[in-house]
Amino acid sequence: MKSIEELKKIREQTLKTINLRKEDGEDAVRIVVGMATCGIAAGARPVLAACLDEVSKRNLANVSVTQTGCIGVCRLEPIIEVYVPGQEKVTYVSMDEDKARRVIHEHIVNNKVVTELTIGAEGA
Amino acid sequence: MKDLSLSILDIVMNSVKAEASLIEITLEDDGNLFSVHIADNGCGMDEAFLARVTDPFTTTRTTRNVGMGVPLFKLAAEQAGGTFSITSEPGKGTELTASFEQNHLDKPPLGDMAATVTTLIQGSPDVDFSYRHATPKGEASLDTRELRETLDGVPLDTPDVLSWIQDSLCEEERMIQT
Repeated sequence: MKSIEELKKIREQTLKTINLRKEDGEDAVRIVVGMATCGIAAGARPVLAACLDEVSKRNLANVSVTQTGCIGVCRLEPIIEVYVPGQEKVTYVSMDEDKARRVIHEHIVNNKVVTELTIGAEGA
Repeated sequence: MKDLSLSILDIVMNSVKAEASLIEITLEDDGNLFSVHIADNGCGMDEAFLARVTDPFTTTRTTRNVGMGVPLFKLAAEQAGGTFSITSEPGKGTELTASFEQNHLDKPPLGDMAATVTTLIQGSPDVDFSYRHATPKGEASLDTRELRETLDGVPLDTPDVLSWIQDSLCEEERMIQT
């Protein structure tokens, strides 16, 4: 059983490292996941979980993952949007857990847009 | 929606949008009837809006005129021999109850409630959630007000805290599974 003691340890640990997170810095990258009825029905919950997991596993201190409502193209959900400072917003469509992880590897870590998964490639 | 946990996630997002500061999610399973009760202290709805809220062409959005969340949840309950009711008072909040016949062929599976609660907390770390799920085997529960006290300033959406929430709730849910 996970205990409150463990939560206390997490707290101590977090306080030691909290200054390392730079989500508000100039290089702050934002991943936004569409979580309205359409997104949830299409499978956005595991996509969001995969994004959070990948960001935390890779220690991407400048990357934040947030939820939003309906992005407007319900038939292409799950949709995620990636905002890299100084670059145009990139919209990825028909996401699943593996595709979301790939977007993080290739686009966010290696700075190379995964063109075939973008809304443009889907022919919207 | 593939399972009830996804519907619940969707419905509770309405409470978040209504700027609730406390949202209570209660699931009760007495072996025959499964009920979902959601109560928030958000902005509430006036009588006219409440009367139309289960209509799929009712929404607060201004960009489109469809809102499928509540109608889909109501349909799921009624298809499984259950009932659906919603009450609301402007400025006070909204309460919603849906029941399902536990052994009805068309009752959707519950799905992953730990993931739903974790997703809600991640999306709205400043809102308080009180979750309770009772089955004949026992009870799973989580209250962010208690966690906040232990965390003393550390935000609930810290990755390690979210993992802890998901893991501990997952384990509790497993223990009360019928």
